[in-house]
Amino acid sequence: MQEISLNILDVAQNSVKAKATLIELAVEMNTAKDSLSVEIKDNGCGMTAETLEKVTDPFFTTRDTRKIGLGIPFFKEAAESTGGNFGITSEVNVGTTVKAGFGLSHIDRAPLGDLNSTVEMLVFYNTHIDFVYRYSVDSEEFTLDTREIAELLEITPEQRAEAFSSPDVKEFISGFLKENTDEINKGRIF
Amino acid sequence: MKSLAELKAIKEKMQGQVGIRNHDEAHTRVVVGMATCGIAAGARPVLQTIATLVQEKNLSGKVEVTQTGCIGLCQYEPIVEVFTPDGEKVTYIKMDEGKAREIVDKHLVRGVIVSEYTVGASDLNK
Repeated sequence: MQEISLNILDVAQNSVKAKATLIELAVEMNTAKDSLSVEIKDNGCGMTAETLEKVTDPFFTTRDTRKIGLGIPFFKEAAESTGGNFGITSEVNVGTTVKAGFGLSHIDRAPLGDLNSTVEMLVFYNTHIDFVYRYSVDSEEFTLDTREIAELLEITPEQRAEAFSSPDVKEFISGFLKENTDEINKGRIF
Repeated sequence: MKSLAELKAIKEKMQGQVGIRNHDEAHTRVVVGMATCGIAAGARPVLQTIATLVQEKNLSGKVEVTQTGCIGLCQYEPIVEVFTPDGEKVTYIKMDEGKAREIVDKHLVRGVIVSEYTVGASDLNK
């Protein structure tokens, strides 16, 4: 994966497949600590302790139609190769949390990339799932919470899919992400 | 900071609009492979290009853009499958933004299959 944002999109797809109704994504940078941390938390079906032990193994897959399943090992490798760390916790019927820590200025750290595009893709194509996305650099941060958006638009659950795929709402969300990210980044590229 | 409060204006505009979209019309389905293999090969901008163009060209009423998992041809990702209402399926391989744009203009707008990008046109032994 050329960008950390692509790892995030990939790992978050697991939460979608786990039938989560809420996915929380936090991307946090701390320039003083020289760290970048990513947390993806869902309330999906979770995994047994036995499965959990195997998911970081590149030769493990839950699919039996063909041998696939490299998303978690890729993410782990991306973090650990920057002097960072990786952890995954899960409980059946409660959910799964994936955490990855990166060395912010490490030469091997992939760029964050188009993180907003990852968030848009998750929100626009999974209109049945609530997303909370928090982005922070040092003391500044912003949050996008689709529950808040649904509330402000006063839409019923049945209208959700249509509302979140309407051009007006999409445009608003894209603008919200871009403007707030730019304001926090102040011209810096992470 | 841009605030969510600006949604109020959209809410007013949306009122009365939600629910009027015609779902009965026969749909063409465009499916983009978005598993690890697809994402690593560049499926995100491909999906985004197609979705944006479908909206811009007012095709949303008859074209549905969705994502799927691993199709099993990882080496040919990004893969885009077009399912037409007559039951036909066309599989485009090794897509990028430029090719995606062509697929929208030719296949989705004019109904002309772009044969050179299909899996059938590729030398599978390569």
